[in-house]
Amino acid sequence: MTPAPGVHVWSAILFVTALAVMGEVMIASGMRQLGDLDDIRESRGLGGAIAAVLTNARFLAGALCMALNFFSMLFTLSIADLSLAGPAIAALTYVGNAVAAKFFLRERVDRRRWLATVCMVVGVILLVR
Amino acid sequence: MKHVLKPSQYAILATIMLSASIGDSFLKRGMDQVGAVNLHHLGLLWHALFNPYIDIGIVLLVGFFATYTTALSWADLTFVMPATAFGYVVIALMGRYWLHEQLSLSRWMGILLIVCAVGFVAGGPSRTEHSELDQMDAGAGR
Repeated sequence: MTPAPGVHVWSAILFVTALAVMGEVMIASGMRQLGDLDDIRESRGLGGAIAAVLTNARFLAGALCMALNFFSMLFTLSIADLSLAGPAIAALTYVGNAVAAKFFLRERVDRRRWLATVCMVVGVILLVR
Repeated sequence: MKHVLKPSQYAILATIMLSASIGDSFLKRGMDQVGAVNLHHLGLLWHALFNPYIDIGIVLLVGFFATYTTALSWADLTFVMPATAFGYVVIALMGRYWLHEQLSLSRWMGILLIVCAVGFVAGGPSRTEHSELDQMDAGAGR
């Protein structure tokens, strides 16, 4: 029988989740700050749009979080089963993103979006377990 | 205000749904050919870059990140999230119809729930308006 995952496994899962949420929220915040990339591309060309993204501090901070998330995910997979870490991180990230989007990005997370978040969490757990 | 998405924006959401999952499948197929990588055989990672399946997978994942970033410039994070979750459905359906794997009832239920999540969010507005703060942000960001 597989032993129950310990505190260190759940700590690693929560750490990976926190980095994913921070990364996605920072990138979303940076892109909202820039505005519609299609409009920027029309006025400044593709190179201008890429330059605008790559010089945005929030985007760069988010990308750094996602890079750290990638390496901490590799570490987590070395101490936890993929069948636990995969769905747990995906599900917690969806919930964390919805909460962070409401409070940090001030998105209108109405009943419809909460319901969608719950469906995604349960759906992903059913699909990958 | 309800945003109406342009056809190009629907195409970007469809690319998000497809590119990550298909890219992951190509990476998996490529790494199966390359073999297991461990601390004693890290050089295999360099060889992996010359595998065509790995190359296609990397291109698709770069495409995913570019389209995901683009979508976040005109839509809320909570609007785009179900599109990323739909990638799990694509992987499951590829397993069923391409690799002829059996899908259990619980996996079909998972697919149904994620499709419902996409439907719930797609029926609502794509972006929350808070124009004054957006203008302040835009002024600081450009």
